[in-house]
Amino acid sequence: MAFELTVAEQALLDGKDGPAQQTAMSIVAQIAEVQGASKLLEITQAHIDATVYVGDAGLEFAERLAAQGAKVAVPSTLNVGAIDVHHWHEWAVPPEWASKALRQMQAYESMGTTPTWTCAPYQTVHRPKYGQHIAWGESNAALFANSVIGARTECYPDMLDICCAIIGRVPATGLHLRANRAGNLLLQLIEIPREVQEDDTFFTLLGYIMGRTAGNNIPVVEGLLTEPDDDSLKALAATSGSSGGIPMFHIIGVTPEAPTRETAFQGQSPEEILDITMEELRHAWDELTTADGAHLDMVVLGSPHLSIGEIKRLISMTEGKHAHPDVQFLVTTSRAVAHLAEQSGAMERLRTFGAKVTVDTCILTTPMLPEDVKVLMTNAGKFAYYIPGLLSRNVVFGGMEDCVRSAIEGRVHLEDRLWGK
Amino acid sequence: MGQVIYSRPVISGQAEGNLLVSSEPLSFWGGYDQHSGEIIDRRHHLSGQNASGRILALPFTRGSSTTTTILVEAVRAGVAPAALISTGVDKFLALAAILANELYGHMLPVVALQADEFKELTSGMHAIICHDGTITLKTS
Repeated sequence: MAFELTVAEQALLDGKDGPAQQTAMSIVAQIAEVQGASKLLEITQAHIDATVYVGDAGLEFAERLAAQGAKVAVPSTLNVGAIDVHHWHEWAVPPEWASKALRQMQAYESMGTTPTWTCAPYQTVHRPKYGQHIAWGESNAALFANSVIGARTECYPDMLDICCAIIGRVPATGLHLRANRAGNLLLQLIEIPREVQEDDTFFTLLGYIMGRTAGNNIPVVEGLLTEPDDDSLKALAATSGSSGGIPMFHIIGVTPEAPTRETAFQGQSPEEILDITMEELRHAWDELTTADGAHLDMVVLGSPHLSIGEIKRLISMTEGKHAHPDVQFLVTTSRAVAHLAEQSGAMERLRTFGAKVTVDTCILTTPMLPEDVKVLMTNAGKFAYYIPGLLSRNVVFGGMEDCVRSAIEGRVHLEDRLWGK
Repeated sequence: MGQVIYSRPVISGQAEGNLLVSSEPLSFWGGYDQHSGEIIDRRHHLSGQNASGRILALPFTRGSSTTTTILVEAVRAGVAPAALISTGVDKFLALAAILANELYGHMLPVVALQADEFKELTSGMHAIICHDGTITLKTS
């Protein structure tokens, strides 16, 4: 079926609504043709990941659109920027970098967007609804929206996200079409005890395995004994989006398009069945750790940004204690959650423990870490996955309690716990 | 004449260079150094190889939606691959090529092969890609 534009879309392409709409429409139309879409679909909202300054090409693109007077056509939230706007100077961020990062953030703010500056937009008031077509960038956000909420989005590449937001449309392709949302790979949890499934590392490890083994298939998880909350599913989405490139996932009896195995596979049989055992989980834990020994410089929590629920859980562990003077303790979250935490007194309690809080960004997207930070520990699969490559530093993976305990003791301390480690 | 295989041109163009091939997907964010072209994902088996000016063959990209940006940055810095080969249409690669042309008038051919044809590629082979998607391979 040939790709066709409506009269209104053709007018955008002809520049009737100005140069920004024309640029955006041209880019969306080109990618739609490449993907074999027959038409465009209207969207209800967008989430823009192109906000992070990673180099001058992205900045030039943003400023060119802004100078052309670009405005988004639908409510659009913003992913992290490349600095914490109000606190970057407390860290090792070079001023020239900060200036460019800020210019890029301001360019996207000027387009009529909502400056949420978070990679967890699904934990804000802008959370989309089941069945809505949306254009979300950021792999963890797109995975969560598709899999956990049942909204329909591709994982939009940077810069295509803003183009879709400007014209309020996306190519009718990929996960926007129901048939492409069927599971095709069955992941069976085999003899994984309930205590392990209830451990806060479980969904991160499962996510790591899912990303590593599922390729670009849509995995369906069977055999879960627990009812995961949003934060667990967030860890699953974020880690699988780091270790691999799955479009979405289903969990039988948990996610909205998988009330039964048959529904999850849309009536088809799985093309492949893989078992996940304790051995794979242990192996995943080992792969997420690159550091040897007990030396520790920093604990970092918050990829994706911590929710208010996760902060409450954290302060239940830090109460009455202090981080070791040789270990920095960093929490990354959104402005909105930081504000709630401030009002509830949680922030003061975190500061008393010795924690610092960074908003708007994270350690992967801003060059904030001092040189002398060589070994980091985290409970976030996404941090653990990307720290070695992006920051050239070593990392230790552990649960939130492992992280807090290690920060207090000043050295890595992993409990044997359930894992036989 | 070397071996000839026919790919689907996703973004048409001409390119020539030595192949760098992996059967493993790659995220360019955290995986590709935009200043040098080095593969920096330390868990990837191409880690330490340089893809600048070579024809990079990957089954698909994975993970991060910032992959496109990194590739466009690499184009701007002159350290992008000469062309990209994947299995099926990879929207992150295709978009990077569209933007490279839109922003910098740079041609970055992207072609797609069937999985079984992809398996015939090995690193170090010399390849010439034509507008129509024809790939001529020579073992050097």
